[in-house]
Amino acid sequence: MSDTLTEQKPKSVKPPKQKKPASLWSDAWYDLRRSKVFIIAAVMIAVLVVMSIIPGLFSSVNAFDPTTCDLTKARQGVSAAHIFGTDNQGCDTYSRVIYGARISIMVGVFSTLVTTLIGGLLGLLAGFYGRWTDTILSRVAEIFFAIPSTLGALLILALVGRENAGIWTVVVALSVLAWPMVLRIMRAAVMSAKSQDYVLAARALGAGPGRLMGRHILPNALAPVIVVATMNMGVFIAAEAALSFLGVGIQSPDISWGLMIADARNRFLQAPEALLFPALFLSLTVLAFVMLGDAVRDALDPKLR
Amino acid sequence: MGRYVVRRLLQAIPVLLGTTFLIFTLVYWLPGDPIQALAGDRAVDPVFRATMREMFHLDEPLVVQYGYYIQGILSGDFGTTFRGLPVSTIFEGKFQITLNLAMMALVIEAIVGIGLGLIAALRRGKAADTAILAFTLLLVSIPTLVSGFVLQLVLGLQLKTSTGIDFFPVAGTSEGWRSYLLPGIVLAGTSIAYLTRLTRTSLMETLRADYVRTAVAKGMPRRRVLGRHALRNSLIPLVTYLGADLGTLMSGAVITETIFNLNGIGRQLVDSVYLSENSVVVGIVTVLVLIFIAANLIVDLLYAVLDPRIRYE
Amino acid sequence: MKNPSVDTHLLPADSGSIGTEPLLAVDNLHVEFTTRQGVARAVNGVSYALNAGETLAVLGESGSGKSVTAQAIMGILDMPPARIPKGEIRFRGTDLLQLSEAQRSQIRGQQIAMIFQDALSALNPVFTVGWQIAEMFRVHKGMSKKAAYAKAVELMDRVRIPAAKQRVNDYPHQFSGGMRQRIMIAMSIALDPDVLIADEPTTALDVTVQAQIMELLAELQRESNMGMILITHDLGVVADVADKIAVMYGGRIVENAPVHDIYRNAAHPYTKGLLESIPRVDMKGQELYAIKGLPPNLLDMPTGCAFHPRCPFRQDDCVTDVPALHEISGTRSSACHYWREVLDGTAG
Repeated sequence: MSDTLTEQKPKSVKPPKQKKPASLWSDAWYDLRRSKVFIIAAVMIAVLVVMSIIPGLFSSVNAFDPTTCDLTKARQGVSAAHIFGTDNQGCDTYSRVIYGARISIMVGVFSTLVTTLIGGLLGLLAGFYGRWTDTILSRVAEIFFAIPSTLGALLILALVGRENAGIWTVVVALSVLAWPMVLRIMRAAVMSAKSQDYVLAARALGAGPGRLMGRHILPNALAPVIVVATMNMGVFIAAEAALSFLGVGIQSPDISWGLMIADARNRFLQAPEALLFPALFLSLTVLAFVMLGDAVRDALDPKLR
Repeated sequence: MGRYVVRRLLQAIPVLLGTTFLIFTLVYWLPGDPIQALAGDRAVDPVFRATMREMFHLDEPLVVQYGYYIQGILSGDFGTTFRGLPVSTIFEGKFQITLNLAMMALVIEAIVGIGLGLIAALRRGKAADTAILAFTLLLVSIPTLVSGFVLQLVLGLQLKTSTGIDFFPVAGTSEGWRSYLLPGIVLAGTSIAYLTRLTRTSLMETLRADYVRTAVAKGMPRRRVLGRHALRNSLIPLVTYLGADLGTLMSGAVITETIFNLNGIGRQLVDSVYLSENSVVVGIVTVLVLIFIAANLIVDLLYAVLDPRIRYE
Repeated sequence: MKNPSVDTHLLPADSGSIGTEPLLAVDNLHVEFTTRQGVARAVNGVSYALNAGETLAVLGESGSGKSVTAQAIMGILDMPPARIPKGEIRFRGTDLLQLSEAQRSQIRGQQIAMIFQDALSALNPVFTVGWQIAEMFRVHKGMSKKAAYAKAVELMDRVRIPAAKQRVNDYPHQFSGGMRQRIMIAMSIALDPDVLIADEPTTALDVTVQAQIMELLAELQRESNMGMILITHDLGVVADVADKIAVMYGGRIVENAPVHDIYRNAAHPYTKGLLESIPRVDMKGQELYAIKGLPPNLLDMPTGCAFHPRCPFRQDDCVTDVPALHEISGTRSSACHYWREVLDGTAG
């Protein structure tokens, strides 16, 4: 054994104040609370979530009410009455941007939930049982993986047709091709957790597969999956905007930032506000989730820093 | 090496069959009437419908239909357009545009991504490193949708009106390679961020490697330790990432081509989606997926050339 | 040589013979690492000396500072996080720590060379072994590619790699563990260094191969009269090759002695524990002794003697007073308050 310090640092050196045995999770939480990136991201996300649940808190104008739009005031710039200006239909851009948060957050959350549950469960099975279970699941995942997910989602939504498109079809279309990534990560994490001594010991003591997976393997394989899930949230939100922009995702009268960008596109040079504000919110939302993912990764896996 | 290549080629076959089958099944199962789509909004004559169903084998079982589809792909037939032309004729000229765009993006990505990544790794923990990491965070967070329009506005138009510099054409391909500059930057955006981070971690990892310490202990000058011993090893994942990214960039060009009015296959895809020309949509997606798989295959072979541990497996 | 000015006026070739100055002398060396949790003092005032043709074995467990000291001699510590606040490392009378980085890289590989524990990771996987050995001649001696490769084959022959001519273009992973370590050795002796530091050169190898490698090292040393520092945690390896032993614990030297003296009788409880934990044929059937407890935490060193929490002979002053390195004879010393008692077996 080489005795360079860098190697033995993690083992012998613990934060001196901590009394109880520091687990991965309590260590991670300790790190997170001290991370500026995490706090900024968490605050941004909290605001977005509130915005998507109770948009009325942020905007006195109900963006779903068509009577609030005034065609004679279309494509106005920033003013006191319309702080983000107005769009092609003369609707208030600010209230539409606020009301648009809901779709983004919902698509992000639900696509992440679906892919993490499916990919995570299958990854757990593939990693735990190995052999033919693993071979079959991995091969199938490889096939789904070979189709770039936005392209695949575009195909699915194009086939489903605009008349059937909506938030749930978008969630399904995004999830169908994105779960294999979670499977791969979960599988790798389970396989490495499986060969740890304490799991071998538990197995030797007669723990059944359910108990092994639930009590011993899953808690130790969860970290990388959580990191990827957090990061995927931002990816899904951006993908939803892209699909809606292309006309196959969310359809009017629902409000989506991608749809708003598409609507404002043709008059972009005359009235850039109607495009730039939803674009800004979209970027900030993605940024919040990317930052959160970064902070969580740093906390859960300091090696990757 | 030979065995590795053969094995990797054989491994690609089930993936090819699987993906094409997946695409085909999606078409088969999902709602939507292909004949109706062919006719647009007009009513369809029942006799015509029957002939078409017969002609496209729509009444055969799934597997048989898939057989015809694969047979078509193998003979270069990716389906038929609205006007009865083979989908492959649509690719003429358009494929070149998309490839140009992807190559431009790849070059920008390689220069900027590897450059920033090297600086960050060598200045680890310093201000430059922090700034570069923050920049990548920003890059990842700005969707193509946003960066496309913003750069079009700022670099393409405001730069021209305020300084008279007209260097970045904002639409079309009439200006030769310069036409691809701005869309190339936009398309490369997210990839630049990933490549920067990959370069940084890869170089940091090799700098910690025992063989780098050996090179120092051999009395090699710092330039040689970095340029020969460390870089040669950290380049392996970077080159493979770039190779695989060509496929990603080509299939990701849809939005960029739409924003910048480039008449490539991405834009054709969007137009066909808009016209509900599903046979063309499926044809284009199939081609892009095949390119994506091929790029990954080539990368794996490239890996063997670069890493002797795999070459002599 | 690329930079002749360095070795003419900084490193006079014959200064080793002037007076009593040894070939290499480490003097009161301190090394510390800045970590997130605080400053870890890895080496706390280590001194040892090495003469030409001599083998010094540095013994100790992980974290004792034996490798860090060696890396400080080579100048391959990452600084930061490492720092050398105090001490000298004199090579032929010149303090290496005062030299510039360029001057040091002239000494590294040419005058002081090093062999690492795990040759698989210490050799660069993407270059052939021939390239890696030839690099020494090409960079340091400015030789042509062809001449350098011829030299590489010669060296591979010298470390007894079969069919060296055919294997010179093979990659490290194509060799067995023992052969890889031979390549590492070939590389290190390429330019006839005066000092060779071997950091656990046989730890990663099979027992049978271990003996062959140690034999090779001893033979090469006899041929070239180099001074060798052999770093190990394995007392068994040391007996046949070493002339003297320095035992390290918690960043300090706890015992210095000629090799035979130590095997006869330890003057420090830690050395005693190490000796008793070697399996021996004449003690068959008896329970093997193991030193109780864990190595000290470098961030939070025990007060007094660093070994006191594990010492079976501990007295009250061991907890409060740091023992000095007491001279026992001209060649022997021990950092134990009760070395006399330990030595004649009356301690405890």
